[in-house]
Amino acid sequence: MLRFARESLAIASAEMHKLVRDPTEMFSRAIQPVLWLAIFGQVFSRVRGIPTGNLNYLDYMAPGILAQSILFSAIFYGIAVIWERDLGIVHKLLVTPAHRSALIGGKALAAGLRGLVQAIVVYGVAVILKVNIRWEFLPILTAAAGVFIGSGVFSTFSLLIASIVKTRERFMGIGQVLTMPLFFASNAIYPLELMPDWLKSIAIFNPLTYLVDVLRGSMIVGGVSTFPVITSFGVMGLVFLILLALASKIYPGLAR
Amino acid sequence: MADPNDNNAIITVDLTKHFDQVTALDRLSLKVRSGLIFGLLGPNGAGKSTTIKILTTLLDASSGSATIAGFDVAKSPIEVRRRIGYVPQLLSADGALTAIENLNLSARLYGLHGGELKVRVSEALSFSGLDTVANKPVKTYSGGMIRRLEIAQATLHYPEVLFLDEPTIGLDPVARKTVWERLKDLRRSRRTTILITTHDMEEVDVLCDELAILDRGRLAVTGSPGELKSRLGAQASLDDVFVHFSGSVMEREGNYRQIRENRSAIHRLE
Repeated sequence: MLRFARESLAIASAEMHKLVRDPTEMFSRAIQPVLWLAIFGQVFSRVRGIPTGNLNYLDYMAPGILAQSILFSAIFYGIAVIWERDLGIVHKLLVTPAHRSALIGGKALAAGLRGLVQAIVVYGVAVILKVNIRWEFLPILTAAAGVFIGSGVFSTFSLLIASIVKTRERFMGIGQVLTMPLFFASNAIYPLELMPDWLKSIAIFNPLTYLVDVLRGSMIVGGVSTFPVITSFGVMGLVFLILLALASKIYPGLAR
Repeated sequence: MADPNDNNAIITVDLTKHFDQVTALDRLSLKVRSGLIFGLLGPNGAGKSTTIKILTTLLDASSGSATIAGFDVAKSPIEVRRRIGYVPQLLSADGALTAIENLNLSARLYGLHGGELKVRVSEALSFSGLDTVANKPVKTYSGGMIRRLEIAQATLHYPEVLFLDEPTIGLDPVARKTVWERLKDLRRSRRTTILITTHDMEEVDVLCDELAILDRGRLAVTGSPGELKSRLGAQASLDDVFVHFSGSVMEREGNYRQIRENRSAIHRLE
């Protein structure tokens, strides 16, 4: 266990060094939520058609957009391992006695930290747009924990896909194909109750739904979670462990 | 200890690998004595990379067995990994990290920590002659500096066996010589067994105590460079040996994918 932690931290700290040295990608990915909030959100808050309880629509969607920014940036995280495979870095890592799961877990840890930085950017944009942010310690901690584990889930999912498809071209195609369905089959910009039954039954298997639900209850004043927080974290945690186990099996295939 | 395997760092017995219909490696049986630099030669597609991948636990053999430093690669991969280092042909140092960061990463994955890690990393920096640039990103380094760093990364844990895939490909003559010096140094000071694949006959002459030539997945011949040359007559060069036993001329190009990867690796460094 101690060795697993050390190895994961070694991977994560290398990733963080890279991120600090070249944060362009992380910030460019933060532009998209700005557009969603500033344009889509502004327009749709004039429409009264979406039942958002006593929240205005912009407040309602802000947590959804934070979750979306986490999804959209984490889902392309896996491309880095395809890069690393083409170079030989994957081979170098895999000949070490380190746990395979630590190599994956370290990347997820780095993705989680990256997600937190993105969350700060989205909170900042939300403040500028006068979203009614809940400035209390425990809710902010809950939101941060959600962002952290959500980033881990989607980045590990991405890494798993990358390990299966192995080439940049196929990966980019699949990444594009996956993001929008994951986004729309969730409660990010409209509530579950509004969905037709078939979509709802997809949405409740979508981890993004649980991330949004946690954030909706913790990020904004008056926001309410549909599921108990413990359920949402339980679902995300379980999905993460399953993805971690699968990725640990399939990732070594990149070096073949 | 009367174990006859004691003197052999690498033993393969009937090692075979099929990819779909293709037999990449066909019943390879090899012994590499401890403390030697051993060259694995052969035209492209002869099975060199497949052999290295199996020996470094990256790939499973279809049949046959391989033992590294006394441990079976299929049964005890972790024990094998603790005892080997590997420098892939491609660029395995991370260009976005500094030499120190690269070394720290490898050291920690090899289970080093605390004071021991610090000592090994600083030792590795002076071994590779990179002390003065230790805090600069690797993408600013020359090809020779990167290779030396990669060798340092792969030997932080004092492996018993070191594998290098085409260690000096693409390097200028001066850089090649410094890499050769490092490898000879490892053989001398730590008695590391070193297995290299190469296309470079000068490299074999300078470096290798023994060599094996593979041809279409089979072992064509094995022996010391001197022995093999004398088999062909007094005037024979290693090029002649290679052509004679592998039945082909030296082919330097790889396939499309290898070329693309090599070039993109070079491109990334610029």
